[in-house]
Amino acid sequence: MGMPEQRILMGNEAIGRGLVEEGCTLAAAYPGTPASEILSSVVAFAKETGTTLHTEWSINEKVACETALANSMAGRRSAVAMKQVGLNVAADPFTRATYLGVKGGFILITADDPGPHSSQTEQDSRLFAHFAKAPVFDPSSPREAREMVAEAFSLSEKYEIPVMLRPTTRVCHARQNVFCRPPVPREQKACFEKNPGRWVATPQFLPELHRLLNEKLDRIAKEPAFNPVLAPGDGARPRTCIVASGVAFAHASELLDTLGPEGRIDLYQVRLAYPLHKPFIEEIRKRCEKVLVLEETDAVIEMQLGPRGVSGRGSGDVPRQGELTPDIIEEILRKFLNLPAAPAVVAAKKGIRPSLCAGCGHRAAFYAIRETFPAGIFPSDIGCYTLGMNFGAVDTCHCMGACIGQGAGFYHAYAAGGADFPTIVVTIGDSTFFHAGIPGLINAVFQGARFILVILDNATTAMTGHQPTPQLGVRADGSEGRKVFIPDLVRACGVRRLREIDPYDVETFTAALKEADSFIRSPEGDIAVLIARHPCIVNRAARKAQAVFAMSITEDCAGCRACIDTFECPAILFDEQENRARIDQNRCIGCGVCVHVCPAGAIRAGGEKP
Amino acid sequence: MKQQIVVSGIGGQGVLFVTRILAEAAVEKGMEVLTSETHGMAMRGGTVISHVKAGPFTSPLIRMGQADIGLFLHAGNLEVHRGFLKPGGVIYLNAAKAGDAEAIDATQIAREHGSLVIANLVLLGFAVRQGRLFCDAATVETVLKRISPDKQLETNLAGFRLG
Repeated sequence: MGMPEQRILMGNEAIGRGLVEEGCTLAAAYPGTPASEILSSVVAFAKETGTTLHTEWSINEKVACETALANSMAGRRSAVAMKQVGLNVAADPFTRATYLGVKGGFILITADDPGPHSSQTEQDSRLFAHFAKAPVFDPSSPREAREMVAEAFSLSEKYEIPVMLRPTTRVCHARQNVFCRPPVPREQKACFEKNPGRWVATPQFLPELHRLLNEKLDRIAKEPAFNPVLAPGDGARPRTCIVASGVAFAHASELLDTLGPEGRIDLYQVRLAYPLHKPFIEEIRKRCEKVLVLEETDAVIEMQLGPRGVSGRGSGDVPRQGELTPDIIEEILRKFLNLPAAPAVVAAKKGIRPSLCAGCGHRAAFYAIRETFPAGIFPSDIGCYTLGMNFGAVDTCHCMGACIGQGAGFYHAYAAGGADFPTIVVTIGDSTFFHAGIPGLINAVFQGARFILVILDNATTAMTGHQPTPQLGVRADGSEGRKVFIPDLVRACGVRRLREIDPYDVETFTAALKEADSFIRSPEGDIAVLIARHPCIVNRAARKAQAVFAMSITEDCAGCRACIDTFECPAILFDEQENRARIDQNRCIGCGVCVHVCPAGAIRAGGEKP
Repeated sequence: MKQQIVVSGIGGQGVLFVTRILAEAAVEKGMEVLTSETHGMAMRGGTVISHVKAGPFTSPLIRMGQADIGLFLHAGNLEVHRGFLKPGGVIYLNAAKAGDAEAIDATQIAREHGSLVIANLVLLGFAVRQGRLFCDAATVETVLKRISPDKQLETNLAGFRLG
């Protein structure tokens, strides 16, 4: 057999490749940065290698987890992938799964985001694994993430326990040359063995299941395979060592090399962060007086090793929040090794903030909402449209689907005072509505809240790379599914007032907002829903299908900046020298919406471009 | 051979594609390679940066003051990301005027060629031809032929050769 093929794979692709090669039979996920590419890679590699498995973009992480768990109960290898906050949504099925155990290998992949770069918290999923009592792998590179898929399946099957694989952003979105092999064929017929004491497990069965779980963890903590890997130093400091995991290990290893003789110190890599190898803990406690632990994002290894003589995030010797970049780790290492501080470097500055694309339908909707209700309250949610905060159209963003509950909560808060209530306009994306918006809407209707709900329907999950929603009728693998329509769902939630409008038509959309406001304030009023429907313009076909106007700004521009401040289109620039606004023709897509924005009427839409 | 390169730009300019080409070129030359990318919300027109480390590295990130080469697709990013370059590091810049960097007006050249999206390849072509990058033009063209979609190949090659 020749050398296996080498390919440049992103960490997420390497994980996807690993799942296909190791015989995963069902992979379910909900998209979220930095985890989104895992499932699409499974789909691509399955196609390429002629492998059959069930893949799905589930409606949310809880459903994804439950679906994959049942496939495992039927004796088949399964995986579920999500970003770290997705695990909060999947917490219920996951925490019980450790007690009940699994049959076919089960991997829960949760991608953490120290920094954070693209998340609403910095939570450490390894701490969650500890809490749920599941073993957790902590890869330091795409290649290692791929290898850990195989180890996780084996460990999961050997102990019948769900196993977590926890990459971080810097592993998920790193690329590396990775070896690709053909998938290993495995016989995996569905075979669910009924066992009510286990799969139904009423409270009376739980103490015994919990005892068995603890026993499994004790045994896993003694598995020689998970003894941290030592890169030995020169022996000059036998009572000092560094223990690191994840990408912090990768940074530390490279940095120690650059420090020359001073950097030759014992460096351990922890690959299984929980349960930490028991004999290792005993050895370190006996041998070392000074231990530095480098890990992201919380003190999971440190907690198991410590507390005596251990420096880390818990002790405060390592910053207690934020990503451990190589620059930060260098500073920590130099301090720990009593070396002079590195010469000061110019820190990276903040760049341009992100904004909605030129021509984005969300901008048109937000503009109309804020202009119509200058004193309104605008709860919103997670997606591209969170960027509405840049121009005052988004007042809150909490977690997936929260805006609807918040809309109701704000209404009750103001209504309780008996006074007039401000117009509350809740905005939520189509994918987020499917994910967690529906229960909130049923509740708001039933509890008599009064607000306007605008569902920003761009026919995709744009932020994370255009995964389809159930309304599109396209599944993860491209096959056709039965479409589930948002208007049907809205009506089924008990909503009586519903309109669907393209927000590019600012006048009609504004009139609909005013009408909705009258409705929610009328004696029989409750919740009015507007579906603002305009396809994401990043979608080339959708963009080709719409009119393109030749936009210009005339000499009438008074330099008042209204277009910059209230519309924030990246294609409208302000020329400070000339004190006037200009169209950046490189970025303008000619949607024509901005003609509504200029108080002086200086923005003109010329004839349609061919 | 070890080389550290930062690719800096704005979401939508094709920073990720240039990163991928450089990584593939490293493998083409039998080198180890690690890259790091910006994904998610920042890609909506925000400042983005990629790191490429060709050679025996373990960390995917470049420290401040350590990059050998910087490819800047957006001149405004100089003040944001210049700190990654080491003293004596070389900057290839997409701009009409040079300043202290080696510059080419890649956007204008791409526009004249009728496809703004290849400005990234014009800059890459320019940078490769200065002879300081770890890879040569023939290697990059091999990669482009392998990874470009059929419909895009001619345009991509043209962009690369215009630089």
